[in-house]
Amino acid sequence: MNPGIDLQGSFIESLKSFGLPPGVAKVLWMPFPMLIMLVGATLGVFTLVWLERKISAAAQQRIGPEFIGPLGILAPLADGLKLVFKEDVVPAQADGLLFTLGPAIVVIPAFLSYLIVPFGQNMIITDVGMGIFLWIALSSVVPIGLLMSGYASNNKYSLLGGLRAAAQSISYELPLALSVLAIVLMSNSLSTVDIVNQQAGYGILGWNIWRQPVGFLIFWIAALAECERIPFDLPEAEEELVAGYQTEYSGMKFALFYIGSYVNLTLSALLFAVLYLGGWEFFVPIGTIAGFLNISETTPWLQVVAAVLGIGMTLLKAYFLIFIAILMRWTVPRVRIDQLLDLGWKFLLPVSLVNLLITAGLKLAFPVAFGG
Amino acid sequence: MNLAEGVQIVSFGILSVMMLGAAIGVVLLDSIVYSAFLLGGVFISIAGIYLLLNADFIAAAQVLIYVGAVNVLILFAIMLVNKRQEFQPVPRAWIRKAATAAVCAGIFALLSTMVLSTPWAISTATPAGNASVVVIGLHFFSDFLLPFELASILLLMALIGAVVLARREFLPDDDFEKAQAEALKLPERPRELVPSGRNETVK
Repeated sequence: MNPGIDLQGSFIESLKSFGLPPGVAKVLWMPFPMLIMLVGATLGVFTLVWLERKISAAAQQRIGPEFIGPLGILAPLADGLKLVFKEDVVPAQADGLLFTLGPAIVVIPAFLSYLIVPFGQNMIITDVGMGIFLWIALSSVVPIGLLMSGYASNNKYSLLGGLRAAAQSISYELPLALSVLAIVLMSNSLSTVDIVNQQAGYGILGWNIWRQPVGFLIFWIAALAECERIPFDLPEAEEELVAGYQTEYSGMKFALFYIGSYVNLTLSALLFAVLYLGGWEFFVPIGTIAGFLNISETTPWLQVVAAVLGIGMTLLKAYFLIFIAILMRWTVPRVRIDQLLDLGWKFLLPVSLVNLLITAGLKLAFPVAFGG
Repeated sequence: MNLAEGVQIVSFGILSVMMLGAAIGVVLLDSIVYSAFLLGGVFISIAGIYLLLNADFIAAAQVLIYVGAVNVLILFAIMLVNKRQEFQPVPRAWIRKAATAAVCAGIFALLSTMVLSTPWAISTATPAGNASVVVIGLHFFSDFLLPFELASILLLMALIGAVVLARREFLPDDDFEKAQAEALKLPERPRELVPSGRNETVK
């Protein structure tokens, strides 16, 4: 396998050549990927908010934000500033401590999960062995934050909204985990890097989406439900209900929920790209292109081009999925709460169990195609 | 002592304090909701200690199962129960509390002597690290096959049971249906619809 660029290795080597001990050089390296990921995730939220406004405007034959910066690109920034300067209200007789802690518990797992999103062979914060399992474990913490903020608001609508949101979140976690398990079964590893590498080699034909036609649909539906997007945005159906567990929140605490939901959507799209769309792989394998052009795969400039292409491809696939999610939000009606729970427990759960069984059977029958 | 060891010792200290503090809070606080949230804190701290012991899979499983499932279930149970009952102060409650404290102290003393007197066999094998999932899997299918299969059948039964319970065709009783039909009918006389052309004539 082509190792690609090792930024960490070269950074530590160059610091060592200045006479720093290797331990210190490694400590100096550590904040960089985390900082880049944090900034990237936040910028992703801004992009997503802008896209949402523009695409919703296009869907409703409006223009959308236009004058705040070129094409209204600074509109999300204005939104953010507004939320920063808003008064931070804690309702009377609400539980101040839990009220503040709730949004934090909702947001932190979403940002932590960026730990395992790979943008290239070495472009990942850490390649933990249980990669995708870590994401499932972290996202299972979110319902606690929802229940906490619902309870602490001292408002019956908030409490009911929190309970509904938590019920939705835990009932769609099962099909999500089972559809991920089918992928893990095929790639023999929980690590996101291994999952992408298992899809590499045949370009677009090797992507998991062809091998998991049912699994990817289940994953996408469950991911939309986990992100509380239409058609599953029942906890805070903005045109119909009181805003659920967010009812009493304003200012930065509301902004945390807002950021959290968009970070979660970006994360789900990125992980969908990693699990089913070949991650950073181009439509045609880079090795084939290099062979066609008669260049060695280890040529420095080709590696840089491949790395840039890898980041570009990951983002392109993720934003394609985000586009679909936004388009769905502005064109599809939402389901009722009983339909939502019915769909999760009566349909998606059995179907994902059968999907897992069939994947295991196919793996035994055709080890070449399904990762023996 | 190098940097990694220092970080380990400091995080072990923080995690232990968090765990003990949260556990004491679970027992001593009056508000049951606070106790339930603090229980989540205890579980998270235990997961952190598993991480320090190089058991990353166990740590993630701890978060997924205990925080994400058990604790959420406890919170659901607390929040869905709507029991409005005045708390009767028990006469001579201090006897109960003292007895509980004595039992707890006894168990603590017993356990600590056991921990200190047992000659623990500390493994010298290098930790599996990222390959821990593979090692655990190999153990499951060799020397721990029977417990693994039994546990998985139990969990599968629970899962299928949930699907069966959810898919069960609900046969409502007659009176239930009648009551529902009456409840849904609005107590209103049927009236004629307003002709749609009238608005235009007014305009």
